[in-house]
Amino acid sequence: MSTMTDPPKSDFRLTMLINDTRYRSLTFQVIAAIVIALSIWYLGNNLIQNLRAAGLNISYSFLGDAAGYDINQRLVEYDSQSSHGRAALVGLLNTLLVAFLACITATIFGVIAGVLRLSNNWLVSKLMAVYVEIFRNIPVLIWIIIIFTIMTAVLPGPRAFRGDNPTSSMLLDLFAFTNRGVYVPRPEFANGLFGAAVLNWLLVIAVLVGSWFVTREINNRAMKTQEETGERPNTMLLNLAVWLVPFVILMFLMGLTWNVPALKGFNFSGGIKVGGPLIALWFALSIYTGAFIAENVRAGIQAVSKGQTEAAAALGLRQGRIMNLVILPQALRVIIPPLISQYLNITKNSSLAIAVGYADITATLGGITLNQTGRAIECVLLLMLFYLTASLLISMVMNVYNASVKLKER
Amino acid sequence: MADQTTNPIAFVAEGTIPPSPPPGNETGVIKWLRENLFSGVANTLLTVLSLMLIYVLLKNTLPWILNGVWDANSLAECREILDGMTGACFAVLTERWPQLIYGFKYPTDAYWRPNLAFVLMLVAFAPVLFFDLPRKLLLFTAAFPFIAFWLIWGGTILVPIVALIGIVAAATVFQKLGRNSFAAGFFGTIVTALVVWNVGGALIPDGASESAWLSPVPSRDLGGFMLNMMLGVTCVSLSIPLGIALALGRQSDMPLIKWVCVIFIEFIRGVPLITLLFVASVMLSYFFPPESTVDLFLRVVIMITMFSAAYIAEVIRGGLAALPRGQYEAADSLGLDYPQAMRLIILPQALKISIPGIVNVAVGLFKDTTLVSVISMFDLVGMIRGPILASTEWNGVYWELLGFAALLFFVVCYGISQYSQWLERRLATDHH
Repeated sequence: MSTMTDPPKSDFRLTMLINDTRYRSLTFQVIAAIVIALSIWYLGNNLIQNLRAAGLNISYSFLGDAAGYDINQRLVEYDSQSSHGRAALVGLLNTLLVAFLACITATIFGVIAGVLRLSNNWLVSKLMAVYVEIFRNIPVLIWIIIIFTIMTAVLPGPRAFRGDNPTSSMLLDLFAFTNRGVYVPRPEFANGLFGAAVLNWLLVIAVLVGSWFVTREINNRAMKTQEETGERPNTMLLNLAVWLVPFVILMFLMGLTWNVPALKGFNFSGGIKVGGPLIALWFALSIYTGAFIAENVRAGIQAVSKGQTEAAAALGLRQGRIMNLVILPQALRVIIPPLISQYLNITKNSSLAIAVGYADITATLGGITLNQTGRAIECVLLLMLFYLTASLLISMVMNVYNASVKLKER
Repeated sequence: MADQTTNPIAFVAEGTIPPSPPPGNETGVIKWLRENLFSGVANTLLTVLSLMLIYVLLKNTLPWILNGVWDANSLAECREILDGMTGACFAVLTERWPQLIYGFKYPTDAYWRPNLAFVLMLVAFAPVLFFDLPRKLLLFTAAFPFIAFWLIWGGTILVPIVALIGIVAAATVFQKLGRNSFAAGFFGTIVTALVVWNVGGALIPDGASESAWLSPVPSRDLGGFMLNMMLGVTCVSLSIPLGIALALGRQSDMPLIKWVCVIFIEFIRGVPLITLLFVASVMLSYFFPPESTVDLFLRVVIMITMFSAAYIAEVIRGGLAALPRGQYEAADSLGLDYPQAMRLIILPQALKISIPGIVNVAVGLFKDTTLVSVISMFDLVGMIRGPILASTEWNGVYWELLGFAALLFFVVCYGISQYSQWLERRLATDHH
């Protein structure tokens, strides 16, 4: 007579699915999977029925059709006969342009305001506090509209620059601020080494990058000498020469001239025209985000304890070297991650361009193209795809940076 | 030595000399000025520059504000009154006040309803914001959404009552079932609420809204600052529970649930709010059943709630991650199950840490409600840019209107952030 107990497996009861921790998470996940699948099926089914009822289908062929609208501000060739896809590309480049410009200026504003807010000067630090509070607490859309209104309603028209006693004049005879946009001088090459202007500019960039590599090499050598002998050779003049000499020679070779804007008839011609919407968006985004960056910078500097400064001073370092070698490396570790997410915010907020008529990707693909073709789903999906890619790229950069500055624990 | 005896000492101090007052430039205002404003060349330069900046700003704005005209019917009339002087035309604010606050279609004789709802909102928020008030007031807070809905949209009172009964019944069921098993309580709650709402909805007679005491107002007639407030309050309140759920989901050890939450959060955080509003205005209706009509307000609320829930989830995740591991282990060792551990141990602490972050998201979201003007809803900014600036009377009154909008948002957002700083100090239990 055997008295063996049953193996545990046959002991399975249905209630164990919910009460036994071994099975419970599986049960919940199966239920969740079913719920998710059902909702996807429900939404998809609705979508198909609605599309059928409206006689629509999902197709991206409209991207090849002629767009039929004009874009003023553009970085690549485009006319009204170009395709919707081309219009989207123009918009995409415009988004990147304004985001890039705004990131640079926002950083400058933010660093200045953040440092000044910690100033010993009572008045200056209070002024900066007011700046930060005012700009952080008012919607960026209102700032964009306010600055756009300044651009269009306050600045004089080109007409004001004409006549014998004009009411407005150009700044230094180089810049013209009009309600149609700001005109700035454009550098041109009289005898470029290449036919196309783009290639000439690429050459300039290549020379600058080359100078950068050379100076880095010089600095590395100086560092090596310092480690071997304790004496650091003075590299400043050499570095300056490496930056300037090839650049000046190149400019001289290619015959740099400035195409200065001038009043011709009823409007300015020549120079680069920077449209009012671009300036409004650029300036509003940088001054708004600058307020946020100022707070990040302040927090970063305050995060470095005073003992660090004192320890560095006790080692006999000079003021400048304390800043460069001790404070900044530690403060930057705190500042840069939020700074990069502010860059992400700038990129996303640049979609507000649609409010002032700057032709970014939201205004072209998500605005005019969407309204003309009625391809709502396709346009919005493409738009989201673009922004998603951009933010994933930016957060990837952030992760790489975070990994590289992580405290090395040994 | 001999000198001492011949020459008696001329002077012996008999007491301590009273300390002489510090030199004039080391006391009071002068010292403060010297240390804080003029402590060096660079500092003096900065001070002078700042003073110049303040002077220029005040010189340009003060006469404009002080000369402001508050009583006129159009910009032309304003200019007539000013007669060439610089001065603002604040008359646009007084004349268009109802439009700025309620939008241009909300029935004029019903303005008292949103006003009352606003006052009740302050009462309803009080016990949530200030812990010293009696806890009984929270009952009113729970009932407030239904009262506010009835007041603002009007129509038959039966709709909010049925909704309220559904919630109360669901809560009762949860009390009964949830004591034994959280899962049973959870599903029982959903089923009860659905049953009550469907049965109740069928019981409401057709046309009850038309003959109701409060005339019904369709959602598309809402506008002005009221719309910003409604969107802000509704979406923040809805997104906090959703954000908590998403944050817990992202921390979960069930891979499916974790990845669904991660994808949702990262997707929403990766796209601008404007594209989500596009989804609400042009795309979302494709995903509803063909015969249903979900109005734009509700679609926008859905999308903005999802948007802020993703951000709040990330803030709360930070709070959860900041809790020491020991808190989780302590909860486990007490024999608490997951819902109990979360409700009693983890979330109260994690939410306390997350308060500043949540308030930041709330302020950001409230500012972002102005974006609905892009999808042609007439919120405060939409009203200013649309009907008011386009009208013949007020074409060109930019600064007064935009300044008013900026001031309104500044007051609300600054108030919220000041509250959050007060709350942080209040909740601080550690001693420095």
